[in-house]
Amino acid sequence: MTTRTTQEKAAPPDLTGRSGGVRTERLFSGWTLATGFLVLAILALILVTTTRQAWPAFQDMGLGFITSSTWDPNPASGNPVFGALAFIYGTAVSSLIALLIGVPISIGIALFLTELAPRRLRGLAIMVVDMLAAIPSVVFGLWGVLVLAPLLVHVYRWVHDVAAPIPGLNSIFGEPVGTGRSFMTAGIILAIMIVPIVTSISREVLSTVPQANKDAAFALGATQWEMITGAVFPHSFGGLVGAVMLGLGRAMGETIAVSLVIGGATNITPNVFAGGNSMAAVIVQQFGESSGTFTAALIGLGVVLFALTVVVNLAARLVVRRAEVQLRGAAT
Amino acid sequence: MNRRMLSRLVLAVVAVAVLAGCGGGNDNGGSSGGGTANGSGQLKGSGSSFQDAFNQEVISAYKEKAPDVTVTYNAVGSGTGKQEFGKGLTDFAGTDSLVKDTDGVPAGSFVYVPTVAGPITVSYNLSGVDKLQLSPDTVADIFQAKITKWNDPAIAKDNPGASLPDTAITVAHRSDGSGTTSNFTKYLTVAAPSTWKLGSGDTVAWPSGTQGAEKNTGVAQIIKQTDGGIGYVDYSDAVETKLSLAAIKNKDGNFVAPSLEGATAAMAGATVKDDLTYDPLNASGADAYPITSPTYLLLKNKYDDANKAQLVTDFARYMLTDGQPIAKDVNFAALPSGLQQKALAQLDKVQS
Repeated sequence: MTTRTTQEKAAPPDLTGRSGGVRTERLFSGWTLATGFLVLAILALILVTTTRQAWPAFQDMGLGFITSSTWDPNPASGNPVFGALAFIYGTAVSSLIALLIGVPISIGIALFLTELAPRRLRGLAIMVVDMLAAIPSVVFGLWGVLVLAPLLVHVYRWVHDVAAPIPGLNSIFGEPVGTGRSFMTAGIILAIMIVPIVTSISREVLSTVPQANKDAAFALGATQWEMITGAVFPHSFGGLVGAVMLGLGRAMGETIAVSLVIGGATNITPNVFAGGNSMAAVIVQQFGESSGTFTAALIGLGVVLFALTVVVNLAARLVVRRAEVQLRGAAT
Repeated sequence: MNRRMLSRLVLAVVAVAVLAGCGGGNDNGGSSGGGTANGSGQLKGSGSSFQDAFNQEVISAYKEKAPDVTVTYNAVGSGTGKQEFGKGLTDFAGTDSLVKDTDGVPAGSFVYVPTVAGPITVSYNLSGVDKLQLSPDTVADIFQAKITKWNDPAIAKDNPGASLPDTAITVAHRSDGSGTTSNFTKYLTVAAPSTWKLGSGDTVAWPSGTQGAEKNTGVAQIIKQTDGGIGYVDYSDAVETKLSLAAIKNKDGNFVAPSLEGATAAMAGATVKDDLTYDPLNASGADAYPITSPTYLLLKNKYDDANKAQLVTDFARYMLTDGQPIAKDVNFAALPSGLQQKALAQLDKVQS
């Protein structure tokens, strides 16, 4: 401590010296520009090289690569077929379930931490949530396979029985697969995995809401909940959507945990209790023993996943822009 | 505060140095001891995970015979193994399937050396049923999800007198590409040609209601966890996991439970081709277990380095002679003596 203060005294910021010259400024802006472009260049490079490596499969399959649900590298007839629709579906469904479960929990935690929690509890809660982020995904996967899935089978059976007479619901909560490894289990594991990132970003976003806005809401006689919906959400909507998008990105790209718990079946069904497979999981499962067009098709899955992520992000951006105008308008 | 941090840092540095020193010491000890009777150097291999347990066992036994030779084998899968071998990244490869044009190994540049064989079991978990017999057509229909309940007439027909529950069948298969899948599906193509429609290969298009898991252990795990589960698992993992094993009807019409003797009988009943590849799947013989998978080492015809050629043949010779009795410890079937002699003769083709 003592050394630090003496150092600070010894070297006051030198604003008049040479180091703050025009040349340094130019260097600095050049450097930041270069790093900014580097990100773009890396993205472009990844897209170009993966697309090129996947080209044989795209060429073979054409649009069928994303519209066909038959994935058969070694068919009896001889001509391999690579249709990724079942895996696109699996990625979408498992991520959607993850968001449906994970986002309300995350935003709840974030609101609790920023608005309601006593200070002492806050530190502890933040630590616990952050620790969740430090657990390797394979551990989540193994836990899912060994503990969660066998337990959930019973829950699934019960839900299935309850939902059986209700049209619509009975096809969503259909006959559970015997192992419990299903879209639902994958979604639940993913939900747990995205909670830390969505929570911590939501917390940052929520803490930027000016105290004056909140005080104003209270002054108008708002209850806590009214204050949150009237003052906090409109101000932080864009940021919250951003947090959800990061969570979605993690859920869509998650590989090992999903590969372990989703069931490894090529399956398109509304039944969330049935087994399926996701794009990332298929890549990691099948890459080892693939060759030729098969390898190209697996890389193609990567390209599709990448494209899907970009599309989802752009769509989110659009939503944010529209909604922010409306919400801000309503709030002011 | 500063001093404490400094002392911690020093401690850390010392610890690292000591650890590094230890590692170095061990290395020196390893390479200075022992004679040079079996040469010295490194051998790298990769490929089939099916034969991995046997290879590792042989490698650790070989260390005592040739302490200066370091052999490593990575179970990366037959496909990757062949590719790495083709690119010259490894000195030998392990594979359960034959080399195809697309595998990246030029034809005529390598020889097959059969090492051991292993039964692929049809393992199941069904409470109250500890003896199960299945004919090839029934197996095919179960794995195509045509038969979905355990009390299906087809299963009952194979098991006269047994009381079968109406539990739903959960089919488990490999989600990763696998030589085991390849041999299992090849067996069904041969033994149930009119029923089996999914073809054969490292990955096939399993019906949507089935469950996939990684590696033999993953499939075994599903079966163990699930009442009504059934799947194909290599013999050593099935025995290790203590799964119930179904007896399969062989070509001669007998129901034979998987065993090492059954596998050896199947090897004896198979015709061996000139390049030493052989197909023990659905082999004839009263005691032959029909789903027996061969496994091979791939060696180059010609190594650039004379020492490397010597090392590789010495190691392979060891595997074919002293290594054979080790096989049964890890639940693999040793080669019948006729095939063993042919395999040893094959090693003479490896040159530098």
